[in-house]
Amino acid sequence: MTGTLLKAKTSGPGTAGTRPRLFRNPWRHPWFLEGFTWLYLVWSLAPIVVAVLFSFNNGKSQSAFQGLSVRWYWGDKVNSIWYNPQLHSAIFQTLKLSALTTLIAVPVGVAFALGINKWRGKIPGGFNFLMILSFVVPELIFGVALYFIFTQMPGLRGVGLGTLAEVLGLVSWNLSWPAIIVQARLVTIGKQYEEASADLGCTHMQTLRRVMLPLLMPAIFASAILVFSGVIDDFVVVDLLSSNGSTQPMSVIIYSTVHGGNNGPALNALATVMLLMSFIVALLGFAGYRLMTRGQRIDNRQTLTAITGSD
Amino acid sequence: MTTQAPPQPPATSPAPPPKPAPRGKYTGAEPNKLFWILLAAPGIIWLVILFVVPFYAVLAIGEGKLNTQTHAPVAVYNPFGWSSANLSNVLHDIFGAQAFVGPTVLTTIWYVAAASILSLLIAYPAAYFVARFAGRRKGLFLVLLVAPFWISYMMRMLAWIDLLQTNGYVNKVWSFIGLGSPNWLGGHSYTVILGLVYGYIPYLILVLYAGLDRIDPSLLEAGRDLGLSRVSTFWRVTLPLSRQPILTGMLITVLPMLGDFYTNQLLSGAPATAMIGNVIQGQLTTPFAAGQGAILSLIVLLVLIGPMIYYVVATNRTSQAAS
Repeated sequence: MTGTLLKAKTSGPGTAGTRPRLFRNPWRHPWFLEGFTWLYLVWSLAPIVVAVLFSFNNGKSQSAFQGLSVRWYWGDKVNSIWYNPQLHSAIFQTLKLSALTTLIAVPVGVAFALGINKWRGKIPGGFNFLMILSFVVPELIFGVALYFIFTQMPGLRGVGLGTLAEVLGLVSWNLSWPAIIVQARLVTIGKQYEEASADLGCTHMQTLRRVMLPLLMPAIFASAILVFSGVIDDFVVVDLLSSNGSTQPMSVIIYSTVHGGNNGPALNALATVMLLMSFIVALLGFAGYRLMTRGQRIDNRQTLTAITGSD
Repeated sequence: MTTQAPPQPPATSPAPPPKPAPRGKYTGAEPNKLFWILLAAPGIIWLVILFVVPFYAVLAIGEGKLNTQTHAPVAVYNPFGWSSANLSNVLHDIFGAQAFVGPTVLTTIWYVAAASILSLLIAYPAAYFVARFAGRRKGLFLVLLVAPFWISYMMRMLAWIDLLQTNGYVNKVWSFIGLGSPNWLGGHSYTVILGLVYGYIPYLILVLYAGLDRIDPSLLEAGRDLGLSRVSTFWRVTLPLSRQPILTGMLITVLPMLGDFYTNQLLSGAPATAMIGNVIQGQLTTPFAAGQGAILSLIVLLVLIGPMIYYVVATNRTSQAAS
């Protein structure tokens, strides 16, 4: 049935059946697909634009626009993010957590990647597997486990909930970024540079410092950008491990305020600040990565995929 | 593989004895193994204390007892002292006569299945277009596809909450077309499913894009040259080659969806739309139920361990193939 149908179709246009490509450009532009893609992009990004617009709303509504103002940023003496202590401290808590987590997770992860890469055998393979497993385990399950050790387990119970627990949890959750990215880069760099440096009489430490680290710098930088922005975006781990309002970063404040049902445009303003922070990190990441890889054959697109971790 | 075997023996045959190496000279992995072990050690210790131990603690609490005075869970770290009270409670909750977790499990499966299939139907055409046809505008499209990565999940949910208010913009359009003004945020499954799709689709799209971009165009040209139509080239070349990205992409969206409790809490909040994540998160802070929450999260982990390992192995394979 379908066979005959197909046959009828291919031999359909009479004499042209032998060379149908004359009539239909095989590489013609797929307008339908392009339209679909644009529709998706509008659906994916327009709500964000609207949310940013509402942060400049002159009224209290989040559903009707009543003129432009900055009252929710600093105009309002009580509820704006500048004057509301909770919103205010959330911004600094986010920055603090991002900075601390990046400072710890990146060196530990990079060292892990280097060590595992050179230390051959079954044991490092097992640890590496564990590392990647920590990358895919659902965040809630991981967060619950961390919540239990910081509140119940003898020895770790002393940590309690709060900034320390949040940092420890976030480092564990983000450790896999530098570990995975640097290992991938090590594979592409290959062994020749290290071997050359060793032949020239460098110790392991010298090879590491003068050859490997400079070569790995773009990958290390990209993973730092990913960890930093990942922490800004993180919600589950910090929600479970924060103790009270003063240790809640922006994501948790947004969640709990919306959940409590008393959200106003000030929350949109907070979210916009968060957006701005992420975009600045992304831009710095993009510019920094380009700067570090100049002279190499790396284009904008590769840079983009590198700093989003989808390489 | 086998054809390459013959030339190998000379290479592996006893190498010239290494000269006594001066201090610090490269002497292969063995003598300086300790250096690399020490380098990896902080990460390993961190991973053990804050990844392995926590899961053991969850097990100990789940299989532990309850303090009868404070109702706080008491962890039992010795496996010989474990009780299965929590486990049987949880199993009772899932399968028993008055089960409240059982329906939640079904809701979760239905939401996650619907959301991930919908995501794939939206993400694949878009990723396919950008990978194959975007041409010189690929960079622009890629920036727009990647943008949601840099926008916090909470903000993306907040944006929809603004739009879906009863007097919000969506309802303005809706009533303009004459569809009335539904209460979107009043606890509907479709709102939750759309929220999940919106939340996790950027990850799927990027995985699909990366996979589709890797397909060698000459394979498609070969297909066309051999007389396949555009549609059958897609069916017989592109689609089979994108099976792996589809699988890993689905996994990378499905795994976090199964631990999601905030999306439906924000977009619906109704108990009827609760997912397994809500039950775990709720039990955590309820004194009586913390142990059961622990067991429940372990059951979820156990169910997901297979797909997780598959994901790890599959991505390892592709990264090795790429390099």
